[in-house]
Amino acid sequence: MMKIMVSVKRVVDYAVKIRVKPDKSGVETSNVKMSMNPFCEIALEEALRIKESGLASEVVAVSMGPAQCVDTLRTGLAMGADRAIHVESTANLYPLTVAKLLKAIVEVEKPGLLILGKQAIDDDCNQTGQMVAGLLNWPQGTFASKVVLDNEKLTATVDREVDGGIETLCLNLPAVITTDLRLNQPRYATLPNIMKAKSKVIKKFTPEDLKVEIKSDFDVVRVNEPPKRKAGVVLSSVDELIDKLRNEARVI
Amino acid sequence: ASTLVLTEHDGGSVKSSSVSAVVAARSLSEDNSIAMLLAGSGPSLQEAAAHAASCHPSVSQVLVADSDKFKYPLAEPWAKLVELVQQKDEYSHIIAASSSFGKNILPRAASLLDVSPITDVVEISGSHQFVRPIYAGNALCTVRYTGDLPCMLTIRSTSFLVSTEARSVAAPISQVDLSTFNEDIAGRSRYVSHSTQDTERPDLGNARIVVTGGRGLKSAENFRMIEKLAEKLGAAVGATRAAVDAGFVPNELQIGQTGKIVAPELYMAFGVSGAIQHLAGMRDSRVIVAVNKDSDAPIFQVADYGLVGDLFEIVPELIKKLPEAK
Repeated sequence: MMKIMVSVKRVVDYAVKIRVKPDKSGVETSNVKMSMNPFCEIALEEALRIKESGLASEVVAVSMGPAQCVDTLRTGLAMGADRAIHVESTANLYPLTVAKLLKAIVEVEKPGLLILGKQAIDDDCNQTGQMVAGLLNWPQGTFASKVVLDNEKLTATVDREVDGGIETLCLNLPAVITTDLRLNQPRYATLPNIMKAKSKVIKKFTPEDLKVEIKSDFDVVRVNEPPKRKAGVVLSSVDELIDKLRNEARVI
Repeated sequence: ASTLVLTEHDGGSVKSSSVSAVVAARSLSEDNSIAMLLAGSGPSLQEAAAHAASCHPSVSQVLVADSDKFKYPLAEPWAKLVELVQQKDEYSHIIAASSSFGKNILPRAASLLDVSPITDVVEISGSHQFVRPIYAGNALCTVRYTGDLPCMLTIRSTSFLVSTEARSVAAPISQVDLSTFNEDIAGRSRYVSHSTQDTERPDLGNARIVVTGGRGLKSAENFRMIEKLAEKLGAAVGATRAAVDAGFVPNELQIGQTGKIVAPELYMAFGVSGAIQHLAGMRDSRVIVAVNKDSDAPIFQVADYGLVGDLFEIVPELIKKLPEAK
């Protein structure tokens, strides 16, 4: 039976109101609560549900980045992943590099399915899944809101949230799937599972082990806060609103 | 500079978001030769190519890949096509709109060409310097591309407005030579179906007025009120993630960080609290109206005109008093 690999990213928690650093070099990430990227939680949840339905034998979670990524992997193990892999690097890892590292791990682990979140809520790139699918020459089902596996035909039927509704594709396995919000509701790790996760194995690699060269294709010139909108006026009646829209804003 | 624009088309015409990508290409440099690449099969492709050839004065060429392999816009053959065309013509830039079409295809094509793409560009300040939102639009990041060519971008179509000028003399159309097209991936991804809600309303992405309902609408039945108001205004209908999750309307109406990004002339929000991820999808609208019974709702901080009150009274009154759309 096949193995499922899930990549999980450590990001600033979705509930944190981010602050741009005064020197405009980036967004403040020290002393800020970090969590697993919400789309990655959905990816892991989907893998766990597939395994629980008897269609997969093992779920392996992978994360890349600094030493603290181990916390994110422990969360994944507590949710139910069987094993974890950490590619440790203190460099800025951009999606192309992450896709190359994932490809290298796929070649070792040989999963039948690779599931990722469609984007990370920090850089909002929405690229890694498509890029690793391209590098592996595997079919891709991005922005998935439903996944149905057929282990006999070795296919995944994926509903995708596209601009004009829902598109359904049928992919031959192995394949890459990226998750949208409506795919599932991720579970919380229970205390016994958090305890159990502590004894699960996290295997370490470095980019050098995987023979992937880390390169940066761009420089961050500056990071700014977006322009603030001027606070508007509170009106007292529908008539006043219609008057303003017609005579002041001239939009109707 | 020379730019390839990955062009999305539908029913014989080019999508306006792809014309926005041409506008973005034009702002890369004064002397940019811009080629639009269309793929598909049959007569509707040829019609779309004719439309592309005259859709914008800056288009210098239209490239057409006509094959059954492109009958549906699947990422696998499309990415291979981009690789094939790039290897032959060596463009300095490759651009697509940040639609579900562009976001699906462009990064895959970039990985085949071994370059890092830049997502959701909202401002171009030079041929290699771009501004893009990060953290759901709560910060704007200026990046300078230093990698190998081609420099690949997806652009927010709301940031590159299409003027109405068309090309007076159509650009030449040529066929892409597919004789060396590598199709080892073809057939491993198959189109099954597409479901959508048929409606007469304008498309959310390029409507002049958008009327949006949030959780405050309380039910799918009540949401019809928003649709009625939209009809009266000739507006598109949008929804918050909360309204979509509550099952009031389908996901394709969702506006926000993970839904659609809109920037209409007039944005009217009813029963919308104004969560950060929703604001990320509409904050660039020219005029924002908010109606909410909670005067502390964050939506009022971005609204030009606010009305604190019961939307179940205000919407019917608006429907009665607003002029019919022309």
